[in-house]
Amino acid sequence: MFKIFTLLADLIVFTWFKLPEASRWAGALHFFIEDVSKIFFLLVLMIYIIGLLRASLNTERIRVFLQGKNRFFGYFLGAGFGAITPFCSCSSIPLFLGFTQARIPIGITMSFLITSPIINEVAVVLLGGLLGIKFMIIYVSIGILVGVIGGMFIDAIKAERYLMPLAEKVQDISGDLKEFKKQKMTFHERHEFAKTELKTIFARVWKWVFIGVGLGALLHGFVPEEFITNNLGSGQWWSVPGAVLLGIPLYSNASGMIPIAESLLTKGLPVGTTLAFMMSTVAASFPEFVILKQVMKPRLLLIFFVMLLVMFTFVGLILNLIQF
Amino acid sequence: MKIQILGTGCTKCNQLFALTEKAVQDLELSVEVEKVSDINEIVAFGIMTIPALVIDGDVKFAGNVPSLSNLKEIIKKG
Repeated sequence: MFKIFTLLADLIVFTWFKLPEASRWAGALHFFIEDVSKIFFLLVLMIYIIGLLRASLNTERIRVFLQGKNRFFGYFLGAGFGAITPFCSCSSIPLFLGFTQARIPIGITMSFLITSPIINEVAVVLLGGLLGIKFMIIYVSIGILVGVIGGMFIDAIKAERYLMPLAEKVQDISGDLKEFKKQKMTFHERHEFAKTELKTIFARVWKWVFIGVGLGALLHGFVPEEFITNNLGSGQWWSVPGAVLLGIPLYSNASGMIPIAESLLTKGLPVGTTLAFMMSTVAASFPEFVILKQVMKPRLLLIFFVMLLVMFTFVGLILNLIQF
Repeated sequence: MKIQILGTGCTKCNQLFALTEKAVQDLELSVEVEKVSDINEIVAFGIMTIPALVIDGDVKFAGNVPSLSNLKEIIKKG
């Protein structure tokens, strides 16, 4: 199905520009054209379809589901809901407070907050399209697992001690939970919703795709494979924590990260290292921490941050050992 | 009628505020559009995603910015 994009790139690079097939520029340009066209096609299609489905999803209902659920099950549900709800870091505070208000344990809220930025429709579609279904499944399972384990850990250390007074106060007024109910939607309204979603997500994401694919293309064309396998292969254990640390300041969203990951993988960077790098760029970001500072004491923020780094590193090391 | 925009000052919240003011102007209504940015007040409305639009105390939608024409429909319905 995706062959058409390879053919398009063939046509432009070899027939129109007449670049020699073995040249580095041809390789880079081919990668760029193929990926940009494929990604844009998949994005437009999937954001629209998912927008139609999501039009009636109500985040406010989620806390009703999570309320009073069995703890262990709750972490999975929290992470699962995090995966299907769209994430905007500006909503993380009302969300956090809303969950706290419903007396949902902070660990379950954290499961939600950890998984939410890692898994979203854009990431899933791109992973499936560019790296294959197997990689996509590994990524999604790990995104959920990391959320579950992170949430359990946060509860295990009794992190509610480290909440800001703002969040504590909310717990006291939890007597009457107001619930906002969404009205039923007609198809036309769904279409309108999906259309605006498509516009806003695309406007935000397209430049990341360009940057990501551009870097991926340069890597693809100009960095020799031996360089990566010799210096960053699975033999070098430090390359995993290194990739995780490097990923933090490189805050990006998944759409820019995946073409880079694709390129790195084909150059022989181990799967675990690649995944660890991707997750740390997407999940651990400074803007997010600045926002969370309103509800968490610095100590908890630090614990949260270190916890993410440790988890991503372990995930990377373990996947490298398994070897796919 | 009283319209309130719930949001902590994020980009989308400001977008919705500006869009609502425009919609009110276009509809030639004499309604004041009020910004609510206090997080406790926002949470008290029972919403968890921002921005949200409230008409006369009723939350109409939360977590997205609709198109101008859509927004006008919602305001007209009250």
